[in-house]
Order: sequence, then structure tokens, then C-alpha cells
Amino acid sequence: MTTDEIRAFIQQAIGENHVMLFMKGTPEHPMCGFSARTAAALNALGVEYSALDILPDPRIRQELSGLSQWPTIPQLFVDGNLVGGADIVTEMYDTGELADTLGVSQPTGEQVPEPPAEESPQTAPLGLENRLG
Amino acid sequence: MPTSGELKERIEASLPGSTAEVQDLTGGGDHFRAEVVSERFEGLSRIDRHRLVYDVFGDEVGGPIHALSLKTSTLEETT
Repeated sequence: MTTDEIRAFIQQAIGENHVMLFMKGTPEHPMCGFSARTAAALNALGVEYSALDILPDPRIRQELSGLSQWPTIPQLFVDGNLVGGADIVTEMYDTGELADTLGVSQPTGEQVPEPPAEESPQTAPLGLENRLG
Repeated sequence: MPTSGELKERIEASLPGSTAEVQDLTGGGDHFRAEVVSERFEGLSRIDRHRLVYDVFGDEVGGPIHALSLKTSTLEETT
């Protein structure tokens, strides 16, 4: 897969998925605490989302950060727009803004979700690594 | 290797009138937490506030500064 193809794939993933999370690892097996925290917030809201592991190829992160002008992972996109990284998503979860943005109701209980969440209602992660061969 | 003191100085120098409290989360000089208070954040979205701080460090964030966790507020929001 060329760098251009990776960039096009990322743009497509952002454009076609209502809620798109780029993370290290997968929602089931996050490879970084920040990614785990972000996925846990989405899981706690029970929204469907797509997730892409950026680890299989360093160019994914490079191209993603080039497109989004955001230096770190994770990155959450809703309707094609960057919402933020782990800090912003966690803050927005706490204030209820994330639920508003996603059009769902805030779960009762005031605790910040602790990863790993017990239930993972999200759709299967996209398998970009399968397209790299 | 950057230190929390260095990050504090650079943030405060780049955002005049701001105050930054910076912690080295692991002691390893690569995972930091910064709480920044600045009037520059007034009227900005969270994304734009974080970008202002990230921009102080350019490519270092994601590079030598592996993680920079941020909390950004205006003075009014802290009171």
C-alpha cells in the first residue's frame, strides 16, 4: 500500500463513519492508556463506532496527523470533524457534551469510565492491516 | 530530555500572561500533564486551545514528548 493509498483510506474512514476513532490497539485490546480511556468513554455511552489501529504501519499515524493537524493518538472524529484526543473526549464525557455531540443520553452515574469497559457494543474495527499486503 | 520546568517556561513564554503547571507523569521526561490558564483561550474551542499549546512544541509532541495531556482554562473558568 502506498502512502497516497493510506491517506485516501484514512480520509475515507473519516468521511464514511459517523463516529471514527483512531487509536493504538483495538477497543478490545488497547495498547495505550489514552486510547483505552477514549474507547471506554464511547463504550460507556453505548454508541456504535469504528476504530482503526494505527500501530500496524507508522505511515498511518504520519498521514493522519498530517490531515488532522493533531499530533497525538487517539483522535476521535464525528461526522468528519476532529473532536479531540483523550483529554478532550474525557472532559466532554464528564460534562455530558460528548453524549450531546453523539446524540445519545448520558448514562447515570458520575464516574469517569475506567478501561477496560465490560461491554463493547462497537462494531468490529476496520482491518487496515489486511489491506497493507 | 525535556523537563517539566522547561515545558512550563516554554508554554508561559509562548502564551503571554499564561500560567502553566506541568507534571512529569512517569519521571521519564516523555509523558507530561500540563494545566494551562490563559486569556488567549477565551472564545476558543477545546480543539483550538489544545492546538495552541501543542504548537509551542511542534514536532516534539509525538516525538521526544511522547504524550502531553492538557487541561486548558481561562482565568474566569478556574474561579
